[in-house]
Amino acid sequence: MTDLLKIIPQLTIGAVDLVAAFLFMYGLKRMSSPVTAPSGIKVAGLGMAVAIVASFLYAFDVGATAKPFLTVNIGLAVVALAIGGGIAWWAGRKVAMTAMPQMVAIYNGMGGGAAAAIAAVELFGNKADGVTQLVVTLIGALIGAVSLSGSLIAWAKLDEVIKKPLRFQGQQILNALVALATLAIGGYFVAVTHGVITPPVATSDLIYIFFGAALLFGVLMTLPIGGADMPVVISIYNAFTGLAVGLGGFVLQNPALMIAGMVVGAAGTLLTLLMAKAMNRSVSNILFTNFGTVVQQKQGEIKGSLKPVEASDAGIFMRYAASVIIVPGYGLAVAQGQGKLYEFVKLLQAAGVSVKFAVHPVAGRMPGQMDVLLAEAGVPYDMIFQLEDINDEFANTDVALVIGANDVVNPAARTDKSSPIFGMPILNADKAKKVYVVKRGQGKGYAGIVNALFYGDNCDMVYGDAAAVLTKMIEAVRALGTKAAA
Amino acid sequence: MQFSIAISGFVAIYIFMLAAFAGWVIIGHVPAILHTPLMSGSNFVHGIVVVGGIFALLNAGNVQEQVIGFFAVLLGAGNAAGGFAVTDRMLAMFQPSEHKPVQAVAGDHKASQTRKA
Repeated sequence: MTDLLKIIPQLTIGAVDLVAAFLFMYGLKRMSSPVTAPSGIKVAGLGMAVAIVASFLYAFDVGATAKPFLTVNIGLAVVALAIGGGIAWWAGRKVAMTAMPQMVAIYNGMGGGAAAAIAAVELFGNKADGVTQLVVTLIGALIGAVSLSGSLIAWAKLDEVIKKPLRFQGQQILNALVALATLAIGGYFVAVTHGVITPPVATSDLIYIFFGAALLFGVLMTLPIGGADMPVVISIYNAFTGLAVGLGGFVLQNPALMIAGMVVGAAGTLLTLLMAKAMNRSVSNILFTNFGTVVQQKQGEIKGSLKPVEASDAGIFMRYAASVIIVPGYGLAVAQGQGKLYEFVKLLQAAGVSVKFAVHPVAGRMPGQMDVLLAEAGVPYDMIFQLEDINDEFANTDVALVIGANDVVNPAARTDKSSPIFGMPILNADKAKKVYVVKRGQGKGYAGIVNALFYGDNCDMVYGDAAAVLTKMIEAVRALGTKAAA
Repeated sequence: MQFSIAISGFVAIYIFMLAAFAGWVIIGHVPAILHTPLMSGSNFVHGIVVVGGIFALLNAGNVQEQVIGFFAVLLGAGNAAGGFAVTDRMLAMFQPSEHKPVQAVAGDHKASQTRKA
C-alpha cells in the first residue's frame, strides 16, 4: 500500500512531464509562423501549467530528513509561486513594448538564478551521486550564476541605469583570470568532496566562494559591452539559462527539464548567431572587442547637400505616388509615432497608394522589436516585409519614406570599405525614385557614421519629431480630400 | 518496488543531443518578424526550472535549503509567468489584414497590384 502511494505519484509526474515536453516543442513549432504563433504560446503555457501542478506530487516521495518540514515546505512553495509569478505577471502585462528587451533580460536572469539556486541546494546538501553528477551540478551552477548576474547588468544597461560601458586596461586578462579561478575552485571542490585533498576551509565556504566568483564573472563579462549589442548578449544568456536548466534536469533526473532546457539552449544559440549575422558582427567580436571605441576612420568625401523640405509637401507627394515603402527605425518608437504612422498609411491606402513596410532585422533595440511595435499600432503583419523579401522592390518604387532609421539605410555598407558598417546587409532605400528621410536633427546614427543617402540627389530631409511630422502629413493629405487617385 | 527511470551516461547525452537538434530545427524556420516574441517565448520555456525548484523545496531538510529552495521557486515562477505574459501579449498583436486572412494569398494580391501600377 505504501509502495502504491509512491508509485502512482511517480507515474503521474512522469506522464505529465512527458506531455509537457511535447507541448513545449509543439508550442514552439507553432510560434514559427505569425498565423499560428498566438496559439503556440498558449499551448506551451498549458504544458507549463500542468507540469507545475504535477510537481507538487513530489510531496509523496520526500526523504526522511525532509518529512517533518513537508507541510511548511508545501506552504512555502505556494507562497513563492504566488509572489514570484504574481509580480512577474503584473509587470509583464504592464510593461511598454519599447521596454521589452530589458524585461526579457530580467525574466532570463530569474531563470538563471533559479537554476543556480537548485544547484546550490544540491551542493550544500552534498546530494550529488558520483563525480559526473557533481561536475554537471557545478557546471550548471556556474552557467546559471553567470546568466543571473550578466542578465542583471544587461537590464541595467538597457534601462540606462548604467549609461556607459566600463572599460579599462587589462580587462580581458582580468576576466580570463576570474573565469579560470572559478573553474579552479570548482575543480578543487570536486577533489575535496571525493576526499582527494583536505581543504583548509569548510566545504560550504568553498561553495560560497564558487558562487561569488561565478557571479562576479557574469558582471565583468557584461560590463564592457555597449548598449547597442545588449540584445545579442541577452540572447546568449537566454541560451545559457536553457543550458543550465537542462543540466539541472540531469542532476534532478527530470527529463522534462532536460528537454526544455536543451531545446532553449540550442534555439538561443541559433537565434544569437542569426542576430549577430544581421548586425554584421561575429559573436566573439561582440563579446571580446569594444564597438564604439573603433577609431573613426576618415570617410570618403560625400558629394551633394542636405535638402530640407516641409512635411506637408512630402505628405502630398506621397499621396499622389503609386507605391510607397516605409522604412521605420527606433527613432519612430522613441517619438511614439507608430500609431500616427499607420493612420497616415491608411490615408494613403484609401487614396489607392500601394504601401509596404520594410523592416531591417535589427531595427529597434532588439531583433524583431520593430515588427512588434508596428503590430502594436495595428499594422497587419502581411504589410510588413523583411529585408531579403523587399530589397529588390525599392528600385521600382516611387517613394521610400525613412523614419527614425539611419545606419540600416546607409549605402556606405555596400560601397565604402573603410566604413565600420561595411558589409552589413542594408535596406536599399537609396534606389527608390524619391526618398524622404524624417529625422530629428542632423545627428549621426548609432554607429556614428555620416549617411551618404541623405546627400543623394533623390533625397529630401524632413526635420522634426516623427510624431509631429506625421501629424502634419496627415493634415496635409486630409485637406486634399480622400477621393481615390485615378 | 520502485518505479523510476535512471537517466545516466549515454542516455542523458542522447536526450541532450536530440533535444538540441529539435530546438535548432524548430527555430531555424522562424521568420525575422517573430524574433522578439520567439526570444521571450524560448525564455518562457526555460521557466520550467520552477518544477526543479519545487522539487528542491519539497525535499528541503533544513532552514538553509528551505531559504534557497524558496528563492529557486520564486525566481523560476517569475521566469515562467513573466515570460508567458509578455510573449502572449506580443503575439496577440500580430493580426493579418482584415479581408486578406491568408498570407500567401495576400502576397499574390499585392504583387498583382504592383504590376498594374
